[in-house]
Amino acid sequence: MAPRTLFEKIWEAHIVHEEPGQPSLIYIDRHLIHEGTSPQAFSGIRAARRKVRQPQLTFAAMDHSVSTKNRELPVLDADAAGQFDALTHNCKEFGINLFDMHSKNQGIVHIIGPELGITQPGQTIVCGDSHTSTHGAFGALAFGIGTSEIEHVLATQCLSQFHSKTMKVEFVGRRPRGVTAKDMILAVIGKIGIAGGNGHVAEFTGEAVRGLSMEGRMTMCNMTIEGGARAGMVAPDDTTFAYLEGRPFVPRGRDFVLAVDFWMSLPTDAGAKYDTTVTIDMDRLAPMITWGTNPGMVTQVTSRVPDPKSFADPVDQKAAERALAYMDLKPGTRMEDIALDRIFIGSCTNSRIEDLRNAAKVVAGKHVSKDVKQALVVPGSRRVKAQAEEEGLDKLFLAAGFEWRDAGCSMCIGMNDDVLQSGERCASTSNRNFEGRQGKGGRTHLVSPLMAAAAAIEGHFVDIRDWDVDGAE
Amino acid sequence: MQPFIKHTGLVAPLDRVNVDTDQMVPKQFLKFLTREGYGRVLFYDWRYLPGEKPNPDFPLNFPRYKGASILLARANFGCGSSREHAPWAIQDYGFHAILAPSYADIFYNNCFKNGVLPVTLSNEQMDELFARTEKNEGYRVTVDLEQRIVTDDQGLRYSFTIDPFRRECLLKGLDDIGLTLMHEPDISKYEQTKLRMPVMYEQVDVKFHQS
Repeated sequence: MAPRTLFEKIWEAHIVHEEPGQPSLIYIDRHLIHEGTSPQAFSGIRAARRKVRQPQLTFAAMDHSVSTKNRELPVLDADAAGQFDALTHNCKEFGINLFDMHSKNQGIVHIIGPELGITQPGQTIVCGDSHTSTHGAFGALAFGIGTSEIEHVLATQCLSQFHSKTMKVEFVGRRPRGVTAKDMILAVIGKIGIAGGNGHVAEFTGEAVRGLSMEGRMTMCNMTIEGGARAGMVAPDDTTFAYLEGRPFVPRGRDFVLAVDFWMSLPTDAGAKYDTTVTIDMDRLAPMITWGTNPGMVTQVTSRVPDPKSFADPVDQKAAERALAYMDLKPGTRMEDIALDRIFIGSCTNSRIEDLRNAAKVVAGKHVSKDVKQALVVPGSRRVKAQAEEEGLDKLFLAAGFEWRDAGCSMCIGMNDDVLQSGERCASTSNRNFEGRQGKGGRTHLVSPLMAAAAAIEGHFVDIRDWDVDGAE
Repeated sequence: MQPFIKHTGLVAPLDRVNVDTDQMVPKQFLKFLTREGYGRVLFYDWRYLPGEKPNPDFPLNFPRYKGASILLARANFGCGSSREHAPWAIQDYGFHAILAPSYADIFYNNCFKNGVLPVTLSNEQMDELFARTEKNEGYRVTVDLEQRIVTDDQGLRYSFTIDPFRRECLLKGLDDIGLTLMHEPDISKYEQTKLRMPVMYEQVDVKFHQS
């Protein structure tokens, strides 16, 4: 057999039906749903008098609209309450696993899938959420879908999909101190642009990727979609297997050994061809900060806000001008001179235990700047929250002047009451700096948890490499 | 699904690259439980001033583009979130087709599920269409999916390519799920040999779990 990529191996193993000139019918191993994009899919199922084919393969979580404050209080937002009721009702009627807002395992769907071991190498995983790419960190083929496709998966457990092109993203060299997975993926997006990966599935390779924890790999795959590629992947290895062993849905004993044997067959064969290759030189990487209104508008912490005239393409010039007007930034401003109103540490990109540990190391014994109105830490799941509390991280954050919240999507998308006010500027560990994303008129700068934590202390961006943070990544 | 065969209509321009789905339907409108009624909120933060007063600077609010059913857009249209509310809003507003040089993958796919035709043209062709729309008030084009051409009454004729399967589905308004269920025996066969049910080796508090 010709050498194959990780993507091709998973793809071929899931083909249910194929005909020339048509998309392939692909079996879906795990389907994740949340309250935001699923209600209309269930309405469709009912209207067509269809059944859910394999309810046990679908896992639901409440994440987008949940309050991160006191969950015991009634939900005051009537629309959000309607979403929660609909999800509960739909899961009950069709017998679908539900982690509701009161479950000890509740959290952002892309955090809890991996941490419960629902996500495993070699699987096909879909969810009505573009950040489903996160699960590719395990060597799974995982991508976001629309509501019509959610309905399709519920009814058939399959999806009709066109074969993607493959993109190899190769990181050359070792990861410098203070440079995290977040900075690596922002550098990729800065290089290829936010449409650079359109039509592709990306695979991240190289020593620096192998050296990342599962948390770091998830951060990287999570933002693959911000570079246009629907799925990002990392080949499974010992780090993957060690992370998975003992998790609630992961096989145990002899079954685990057999599973590992299979997972070890997944990595891309030597000599397999990719349609596109992108190389990133690790030596040149530094902590990254976005300056504009999409994740490709990004630069290094030591740089300055670019001059729109510096872009060769008139289209880019116009986009940069618009972005700087929205962001209220002047060309030439040092990134480190940008002052912040709020800090958000959370989201499916950066709210895992390692992210919180790193941020906690930065803020330990220090205090949030008086110029910062609010600094939020929102764990990605209640398991992460419990783990952090066991390690005393909550106390470190609280002592430093941060708020310590319950799990959810929170200020990444602002569907609950964690929002920016118009004109406010936020250092955020989330994934999108689109206009109005965190609140209408709000201005978002995407950074790593280390950089967000340091910015909270100083009230403006600082180069985390100048700080002596013991043990931080 | 409504088939798309051929449509003639007024053209409206949205001359911005990388228009993301957060702009098409901002998050506060993602809490509705229906597929209908999103036309009113399409491009909400751009289209309205406080108090839902139409923003006179936003092209869709220009009187000359009132009633437009074909949208001109720029590269990477529909990037970002997978929310299908975006094409629902485009369709509910009254757009039948979008003409742009490129689209983000998920949005592109979602359009076909809702009878909205995303036509891909070159940057040069788009420049020409933007220019003609600007110059001629009431500018209309015809998008013909059967012939795969975009035409106007001044002699413009652009052919476009589209995946034949997607074209067929849209021309006939085929139901995707119905098509897939024609392969039910293949799905069952796959499940008999390859399906691995999730097993909970350690109890976690999840509702409605069936083991």
